Amino acid sequence: MLLEYKVEGGDFTQAGYASSQIKKTLKQLNVDPAVIKRVVIALYEAEVNIVAHAYRGVIYAQVEGSGIKLRLEDEGPGIPDIERAMTPGFSTASQQVREMGFGAGMGLPNISDNADSFKIESSVGKGTTLYIEIKFR
Amino acid sequence: MSQTTYNRALEIMGDVCIGCSHCMKVCPTEALRVSQGKAKIHVDWCIDCGECYRICPNRAIRVMDDDFKQIFNYKHRVLLVPSVFFAQFDDSIPREKIYNIIGELGFTEVCAVEQSVDTLIDEVSEYIKRAPLPVISSFCPAVIRLIQVRFPSLVDHIMRLLPPIEITAQYYKRKFAKEGIKEGEFGIFYLTPCIAKIASVKSPVGGYTSPIHGVINMDFFYNKVYLAHKQKIPITRQIKINGELSSKGVLYPTTGGESMHIKGKTLAIDGMDNVIDFLEILENEEIEGFDFLELRACDESCAGGILSHRNRFLTAESMKKYASTIPDTHNLISDYKKYCSAVVHMDKIEPRSMVKYDRDIDAAIKKMEGARELRMLFPGIDCGACGAPSCEALAEDIVKGQAEISSCIFLRTLYEKRGEISLEEAVEIMENIWGKSRFDKKI
Repeated sequence: MLLEYKVEGGDFTQAGYASSQIKKTLKQLNVDPAVIKRVVIALYEAEVNIVAHAYRGVIYAQVEGSGIKLRLEDEGPGIPDIERAMTPGFSTASQQVREMGFGAGMGLPNISDNADSFKIESSVGKGTTLYIEIKFR
Repeated sequence: MSQTTYNRALEIMGDVCIGCSHCMKVCPTEALRVSQGKAKIHVDWCIDCGECYRICPNRAIRVMDDDFKQIFNYKHRVLLVPSVFFAQFDDSIPREKIYNIIGELGFTEVCAVEQSVDTLIDEVSEYIKRAPLPVISSFCPAVIRLIQVRFPSLVDHIMRLLPPIEITAQYYKRKFAKEGIKEGEFGIFYLTPCIAKIASVKSPVGGYTSPIHGVINMDFFYNKVYLAHKQKIPITRQIKINGELSSKGVLYPTTGGESMHIKGKTLAIDGMDNVIDFLEILENEEIEGFDFLELRACDESCAGGILSHRNRFLTAESMKKYASTIPDTHNLISDYKKYCSAVVHMDKIEPRSMVKYDRDIDAAIKKMEGARELRMLFPGIDCGACGAPSCEALAEDIVKGQAEISSCIFLRTLYEKRGEISLEEAVEIMENIWGKSRFDKKI
């Protein structure tokens, strides 16, 4: 089953909608709550990254009996140094964004910790795509 | 013979229910449907919150309380009375008078439910130092059940300490034993403003067995007491009054009554919709830094309890006013401390799966995909004319084989226009949902 959600850059009031919907779906499928929690943490973090850093993006969630594969494609500035972005605590967010409670680093290490597999592809000036995979069993 | 649907604490009386669907619209777990002109409860999904009971305009939902007469099976009969009960009465009726009537109605002893609160507050403060944060209070049984069913990932946050009623009941069990009264000779009864409490006493969570012998419906008992007061019945029996209670105890069941005693960052939220909203964002990991959450299913907490008949704001005000007239401590606190630390803990609370589609995940995904396609067909106005609370719920019911696409009144009309079903068939579908004799005018 493929689910698809559009995300608008800068729309913080709607940030978390896709995570919320995917969470609801997994709950209705009786996925283990501990696994859902990992999905939600990783996905929410990644969704907010699109809102905070990119212009727009799409979240694709492929849900199967064995697990969930997430692909988050954004049009945005891209990440020049992925290795640095993966460093805990590293952040380029503006003061304004931080004041809204977002922007404490991209949380990429947090996504990685909660995923069974995690991959970033980015090209500067074009955008970033995240691949997150979490197994149900 | 009319059909009845049983549940742990609520029963729909088939002969009274007119299938008006008001209950179906307010159920927080979408556990109600209308078919054959009657409301039906999906027992596994029901959390006994009583929202359906509260809204039912025909009083067709019965509380599965215990028969009052059973109190006389015991020689010693204590009634544990919640502070919200006294707040049901006009301030002009003195407490002494209410106690005497309770005695005349058959109880040998009366005690405040919230007598254990002072001890519990200390236990909670200790507990949150070691528990996964935020700790969610275990006070409201409807909230516990809501979390079990709708927010299973949060069950580990529910405080594994017993609510005041159970601690006070444990204390009484011990007290009777100490006085040399044998098991079977004493009965501990709980006067409840809450339907979920009935279910929680009869099927408690957290590997616990309640010492409470019976639960008395507060709405029923209020009428009994008030009638006795109005009829000025003579008082012929003596009742032992264990009135020890602090202001903390009186206020505990009101909103903020728990959280005000907890050091750290706390929130007190009341009302089912408010609690659900908050649990959603808590589950999404959007909230950080809270130590303790007091969540109550009813607006104004127990003052707005399902079986509390008086206006909830007036009830809460009465409780606050009374609390301001009594000390913030009482004489049995050290006694409770001595005995209760050993009994106050309970085991982990298990989640209760709703099984929306199927236990098997592959089958569940398949059914869910089917339901998503069906939803595109439906108008999305959640009118409830199909007998399900929403278009989404109807789609779920259809893929599980529990309803038909033609249950939707809009699609049915289109099918009729296209000549795919006859007028007679359409009427039959409507009658299957809303009842055959519903449209017979009774003049």
